[in-house]
Amino acid sequence: MIDIERRRALKAGGIFAAFAAAGLLPAGRARAAWNKAAFEGKTVQEALASIGASTTAASDDVQIIASDIAENGAVVPVQVVSRVPGTTQIVLFVEKNPNVLAGIFDIGPDVAADVTTRIKMMQTSNVAAVVKADGRFLASVKEIKVTLGGCGG
Amino acid sequence: MAARTKVAVAAAACVAIALGFAGVAQEKDDAAKGIEAYRQALKDGNPAELFEMAGEELWLKPAGPRNASLEKCDLGLGPGVVEGAYARLPRYFADTDRVQDLESRLLTCMETLQGIDTRAHVEARFGTPKKDELVALATYVAGMSKDRPVDVAASHPKERAMFELGRRMFFYQAGPHDFSCATCHAQEGRRIRMQDLPYIPAKEGAAAGWTSWPAYRVSAGQMWSMQWRINDCFRQQRFPEPVYASDMTVALSMFMAATANGSTMATPGIKR
Amino acid sequence: MANPMRIRAAAKDGITEVRVLMNHEMETGQRRDASGAVVPAWFIQEVSARLNDKDVMSAQWGPSIAKNPYFAFKIKGGKAGDTVSVTWVDNRGDTRTDNAKVT
Repeated sequence: MIDIERRRALKAGGIFAAFAAAGLLPAGRARAAWNKAAFEGKTVQEALASIGASTTAASDDVQIIASDIAENGAVVPVQVVSRVPGTTQIVLFVEKNPNVLAGIFDIGPDVAADVTTRIKMMQTSNVAAVVKADGRFLASVKEIKVTLGGCGG
Repeated sequence: MAARTKVAVAAAACVAIALGFAGVAQEKDDAAKGIEAYRQALKDGNPAELFEMAGEELWLKPAGPRNASLEKCDLGLGPGVVEGAYARLPRYFADTDRVQDLESRLLTCMETLQGIDTRAHVEARFGTPKKDELVALATYVAGMSKDRPVDVAASHPKERAMFELGRRMFFYQAGPHDFSCATCHAQEGRRIRMQDLPYIPAKEGAAAGWTSWPAYRVSAGQMWSMQWRINDCFRQQRFPEPVYASDMTVALSMFMAATANGSTMATPGIKR
Repeated sequence: MANPMRIRAAAKDGITEVRVLMNHEMETGQRRDASGAVVPAWFIQEVSARLNDKDVMSAQWGPSIAKNPYFAFKIKGGKAGDTVSVTWVDNRGDTRTDNAKVT
């Protein structure tokens, strides 16, 4: 089922990872291999460094849409919408998770800068969305409380 | 002068306490709203759909010594009629001369149509492959009654008897804690941590429970059928484990379904 | 072959909204089983989507994405009858691709 181009991209993983970290790959066409360094980062800072983000600036144009409270941390719906022009990547972090980096979404010319997924949260934590646009990194943070569910329902 | 000061202080204290309570009440409201928003967000894209798909495949797949599918299974509306069948269960079946719920009926069909000895399915623990099959099938069939009205009138004498047995079981105190279903589910306005406990002896509460299972439980990432839910209630009460699809479990389902008669099926649900 | 995904794709006002439910454990590698042994990490690492023959979306995931992942995104363009195809690859090299018609 996997086509030749993807097989080549996966094989050349090492080089692609480096290019992707420097933001040189156009999103969507040739996929970067999985960014191991970023996903193994123990803190948000480490993970950000691995995606080439040395500094981030807060921005109201990056919006995290999620309930303030998650009844159960196993499944927490999160939507990130970026109104920053030239958005090419949306990166999602869960500060207090053992796996801090949740996902990197490549926003190419054919998709809107609007993604929704569900994350796991080990405990009440800040969730951060970092958007890459024109070489700059803009961020927004939201605290999501996690309750432990009860015995029924 | 002193008396007026005292009254003024007392009045101020009262206001402060009232505001304090209001603050706490506001916090509780915000929490409830937050949880409600969370539950709403989960509704679109219920992983239960993955189990419905798996169940439908199992329904169509030839299996057992007779190498037959379940497509001729009679769930009460005639052989092979799946749409709307769950909304009318449990019910009396003439071919087995007893009242059966969905999961009990699935076992019957596996035996009679497919020639499978279902003892291994009955004994299998929830979360193991043989039970997973039954849960997937139950999710598929139940999902085909979504938005239908619950139509369980308990009119046949055996249905009536099962309803009465279920009601007795519901109020029956046993186990080391002297719990009954009623301990949690027959008191208005109660909850355990963040889950509201539906008042099951009345229609609204019975409906809250009966119409929302089978449900996907996000905490465990598991799909639970009503038999699993009842099994776990027994465990929580420290009762002996009920036999899968036994009369007692069917009786409890009968009690809930008939009490919920007329409400709308919302299954498959999604829960914490 | 891994379990099928559930994909819904609906076109409206020039945008095709795609919603996917994937069947995957998304095991973090943090848990221990009953005998105390670590349950190995097993999770989707790459996700990609196409509209007809064009790559439109890609993502990299880690185990902080929930079990049986839900993923929704919006393709600019697309119309009823087009095909949306979604692929995932996990850390074991296992992969799954499913298609759906845009309604």
